Amino acid sequence: MTLRSLDPSAFWIYLAEQPLFFLAITLAAYLVGDRIAAATGRHPLANPVLIAILLVGAALLVSGTSHARYFEGARFVHVLLGPATVALALPIWRNRALIARHWRAIGAALGIGALVGIGSTLVLARLLGLSGATLASLAPKSVTAAIAMGIAEQVGGTPPLTAVLVIATGILGAVMVTPLMNLLRIRDYAARGFAVGIAAHGIGTARALQVNEKAGAYAALGMALNGLVTAILVPLLLFLFR
Amino acid sequence: MLEGLTILIFLQFTGELIAGVTRLPIPGPVIGLALLAGFALWRGRMPEPVVIAGDAILRHLSLLFVPAGVGLIAFGDRLAREGLLIVIVLVLSTAITMTVTALVFRALTRDDGDAA
Repeated sequence: MTLRSLDPSAFWIYLAEQPLFFLAITLAAYLVGDRIAAATGRHPLANPVLIAILLVGAALLVSGTSHARYFEGARFVHVLLGPATVALALPIWRNRALIARHWRAIGAALGIGALVGIGSTLVLARLLGLSGATLASLAPKSVTAAIAMGIAEQVGGTPPLTAVLVIATGILGAVMVTPLMNLLRIRDYAARGFAVGIAAHGIGTARALQVNEKAGAYAALGMALNGLVTAILVPLLLFLFR
Repeated sequence: MLEGLTILIFLQFTGELIAGVTRLPIPGPVIGLALLAGFALWRGRMPEPVVIAGDAILRHLSLLFVPAGVGLIAFGDRLAREGLLIVIVLVLSTAITMTVTALVFRALTRDDGDAA
């Protein structure tokens, strides 16, 4: 179809047939989200991804566009999730001196933190009577969406739901970490950073970096290591839990 | 940039192959991540092209979540039904996870000498 008239609906139909249009919408929505986040001084509640998802989602609902149609354009962004996941080896490599120095604390906090992260989610979700598909989507919620969506796919969860649950978890972790650690009287920035990286991935790590450089390094390490460990643990724990 | 991206995609592909052949329920890219971290730690160096390409992608990592996240529009019903309960689970389990992780970490670094 070609652009023949200035009739708004015909114009929309024309645009919706161009995959590049949805790629442009995705990038523009993210830039808007990022501007809003910057304007709030990067407050965790003003999360650029969440804003972008809400903006694009609302546009699709209002225009009656399916996610499949949207995804024809947006997949050019989506496809980079794979190489980005592999690149998470970089924070592990950069913080190898921390691992060498505190390997016992890092190993134990990683293993126990990953188990508690998945286990507490499954137990609470079961107690509250959530459905099986929701359980599988929730289980990997503490790790970066890049990895969590892949895990959810493996265990019968719903990757889009997982993506949003992961972002919500990151926001909650970023908002709660400072008051919670003060309450617990944990002042060591290594422990604080590692905890928020394990529980709240990239969004928690961004928060840790704002507070303290050392906390940021430990958070980035915790996030990357937990991505690995949770990918192994979720299928096992879900199998035992069912 | 291109050289590093090629290596990252090749490692992802290798990870997918390993996952497919072994039938492990682990995402291929995560196996690729383990291969790259293992290689770098074993050889004592990270190839410079991988650093350049990896940093470029990771800088805007969160942008990559938007296309899949928008898929949420198909799950409005489930969110309306289970949304509140899901939020309760997220708040409690995130607080519990941070608490336990920080306490374990602190307990084991106290005698390392530089816990502060």
